Amino acid sequence: MANEIIVGIGGAAGDGGASTGDNLAQTSARQGLHVYVYTSYQSLIRGGHSWIRLRISDTKVTNIGDQVSAMIALNQDSMDRHLQEMKAGAICIYNGDKVKPGKAPEGVQLCPLPVFELAGKDALPIMQNTVALGALVGLLGYDFQALSSVFEHTFKKKPQVVEANVTAAKAGFDFAVKTYKKHGTVLKKTDAKLAMVHGNNILAMGAANAGCKVYCAYPMSPATGILHWMASHGKDLGICVRQVEDEIGVANMAIGAGQMGVRSMCATSGGGFALMTEAIGMAGIMETPVVMINVMRGGPSTGLPTKQEQGDLNQAIGASQGDFPRIIIAPTSIADCYTVMEESFNLAEKYQCPVLVLSDLLMSEGHCTLEASFLDREFKIDRGELILEDDGDKNYYRYKDTPSGISPRVIPGVPNHLYVSATDEHDEDGVTISDVYTDPITRKKMVDKRARKMEGVVKDYTPLKLEGDASSNTVVVTYGSTWGAASEAVERLNKEGVKVAHLSFKYLVPFQEKEAIALLKGKKVIVVEMNKAGQFARHLRAEAGITADANVRKYDGEPFEPKHIVEGIKEVLKGKNLVEVQSLEPGWRTPHPPGPGVLSTGSTH
Amino acid sequence: MASKLQTPLTVAAYKSDVHNDWCPGCGDFGILQAVQQSFAELGLPPWESMVFAGIGCSGKVFNYMATHGVHTLHGRVLPFAVGAKLANPNLEIVAVGGDGDGYGIGAGHFVHAGRRNVDMAYIVMTNEVYGLTKGQASPTLGRGQQTKSLPLPNTNDAIQPLALALSSGYTWIGRSYAFDGKHLKEMIKKAMQHKGMALLDVLQPCPTFNDLHTTEWFNKKVKGAGENEMVPRVFNINEQGYNGSVQDPTNLDEVNTKRTKAFEMANFRGERIPVGVFYEIKLPTYDERMQAQVPMLKQYAPATMPYQDASHLPTTDLSKVYEEYMF
Repeated sequence: MANEIIVGIGGAAGDGGASTGDNLAQTSARQGLHVYVYTSYQSLIRGGHSWIRLRISDTKVTNIGDQVSAMIALNQDSMDRHLQEMKAGAICIYNGDKVKPGKAPEGVQLCPLPVFELAGKDALPIMQNTVALGALVGLLGYDFQALSSVFEHTFKKKPQVVEANVTAAKAGFDFAVKTYKKHGTVLKKTDAKLAMVHGNNILAMGAANAGCKVYCAYPMSPATGILHWMASHGKDLGICVRQVEDEIGVANMAIGAGQMGVRSMCATSGGGFALMTEAIGMAGIMETPVVMINVMRGGPSTGLPTKQEQGDLNQAIGASQGDFPRIIIAPTSIADCYTVMEESFNLAEKYQCPVLVLSDLLMSEGHCTLEASFLDREFKIDRGELILEDDGDKNYYRYKDTPSGISPRVIPGVPNHLYVSATDEHDEDGVTISDVYTDPITRKKMVDKRARKMEGVVKDYTPLKLEGDASSNTVVVTYGSTWGAASEAVERLNKEGVKVAHLSFKYLVPFQEKEAIALLKGKKVIVVEMNKAGQFARHLRAEAGITADANVRKYDGEPFEPKHIVEGIKEVLKGKNLVEVQSLEPGWRTPHPPGPGVLSTGSTH
Repeated sequence: MASKLQTPLTVAAYKSDVHNDWCPGCGDFGILQAVQQSFAELGLPPWESMVFAGIGCSGKVFNYMATHGVHTLHGRVLPFAVGAKLANPNLEIVAVGGDGDGYGIGAGHFVHAGRRNVDMAYIVMTNEVYGLTKGQASPTLGRGQQTKSLPLPNTNDAIQPLALALSSGYTWIGRSYAFDGKHLKEMIKKAMQHKGMALLDVLQPCPTFNDLHTTEWFNKKVKGAGENEMVPRVFNINEQGYNGSVQDPTNLDEVNTKRTKAFEMANFRGERIPVGVFYEIKLPTYDERMQAQVPMLKQYAPATMPYQDASHLPTTDLSKVYEEYMF
């Protein structure tokens, strides 16, 4: 049985909650403990409320988990929101000089810290975080040295800062250990060597490893982390990183680079992706390899810029006018983001088409521990059918109609191999047929040629596999990042004796139709996804003719926790065919004053 | 820069045999011919030469060239071309489009392309109408003007492309006229040879839809400064003592003076139409700026940068980066 604890750190943006969380995550990782972090935050630079959740465990964790059982309230607001949702056995740490606790639920240990006394009256306000972190680490039973070594690592160029932090943390540590009862859950050190990485960093690293040499972007949450990673590492890795005027320019620039033979990529979120869509069709008809990431957030329009949703599947499937082959892949975990980038660049070049990657806020901005050996993996670069030198062929046709539909590609610069590429329909030589009276024969041939390319793609995928109780007649179906919470929910249900299996999809277009039918036909199918309309359920029906018997959906902005899925599946097994779950804890609720549309009458009635 | 052929090819070598379907009398013919002549005279290998086009009548130009070509999206020729040039600076890239394509739907990209100073020429075919969609007003048609497709006169003011280019950072700015073949060819060559982002705005008649500014109108003599003096409407400013070339880019006085003069000339409105080189300055190009930031680019173009070994295993070393995440 895994030992785990979920820590919540609440404060306003600018309070230093994020670095407190980072320090705790690193301290835990140093002890060989696995961590999964998700931050719920607002779209502002200072103020508001952010709630950093760290799930810390002595075994691997795939999601954010359910119940917070230790909290640090950096301000009164955090205390007022979150204390109520703690359950017996939880601890609540706060600056007793500043924050008033109110009434704690039964069995919750309040741990006020006399910060002025512990850190000294002249200490910077930010030191309250360090005192609190020291106290938490003490009550979790960590060695103090694990924390102090993180300060030494983080501030290695500033010994004075190290000393100030270590002193404050030690004061908090000693005070807490002496004054309060330790947390009931004891996390034992493990020998695991771990790194702590954001999903966006893994997407960027995966791309770099696959040979991405041009990256274009316009800043958009929650995809911006990829741009930041590229901008800081492009110099050493030889990657051209460009911030472009808008996403239309981004997509066209990335495709222009792809046309010249570079492995190029761009990333954005739903709104930016909408601007890129016309160019996606261009890559389709010109058969230009390009990888485009859409890190989904709550939509539509500006929607929820800092919240989770899997609502852009329809947009990706329908991106751009007309029929053309595209590949759509949704990674299922932070670690899988790396594999997906490797696969995406190979598939884009092999099949000469746009590859759209659907990440989401939970995966991209979430971070988790990965093994130190994570990068030691088997991966071969496959650039597909390329002509890199003059082979004497005087009749080179760029869009040659071949049995596979794949036409060998010349990278411009090879002598005597000239061609034109057009966004217009064209013949095998690339010459447009849009301007002739009509040419149904060439048109059909070229549409067929491009479509035929997709027949080979599914063979390159990793086959689908049932997880959980594979013999079960009930199958929970998810796509993309929902794998994490769903796999844990299924595991819990199996332990309770509920027979249920889990099938997770990451390859969305082209679809593993035959495998899906083989695994799902005749079973009770429950689709679990993060949107209102059931976009994946519809996709499953369209592609495999399998209609979900029931659906569990969430679209309130906060990610699935395993408990939501457990609860949803139980409701389904009782007979419901649609369960819409939501995050209902008091901490998630925000009172709203009336907006400008409500006129004040100056008196109340 | 593309390499130079030891034995230059004839103009015919740059002409494709694709049927040309522009209207008779279209200014596009003059521009196409001048582009083909320029490529031949510069001795460019066709396989290292790229002509990228936008959408519209002008967008068909790539079909008639025996070089590499791309017909991009409406208004997006510049970002596409910038991406291509970024990927392989060794190619000679000429972007071509119409005034609707470049100054209308593509105006945002037009502005930002100037800021980057990519080493390429952008030729805009300006005829004041959207020809292929039957003659609607383009952004260069003046207010109050009514070409034959318009049921009512134009209510918008015309954009001043050269002034916009100047404000946006283009480092070579010129204008020519489609049917002055000699001047046009020389201007295209200058724009291509300029190291940096060059805008060449080429005025041209649309014989089908622009019944205001016809070939006859461009060729008409207008009143000059002297009494009863009649002068050509289109006049070359460089032949009349105007010099917009900055000699010393570090001399701010010279830069300011020449920019101010160029701005005045670019905004000139009247019966006469100035053509020629309005402004020119030598500034670091996009690839020079990139190379200064990413040293590996001095050795390799992104398109040729190695990232796999002989057995196709990736060679990008991420272990140091990954160490940043280890504690």
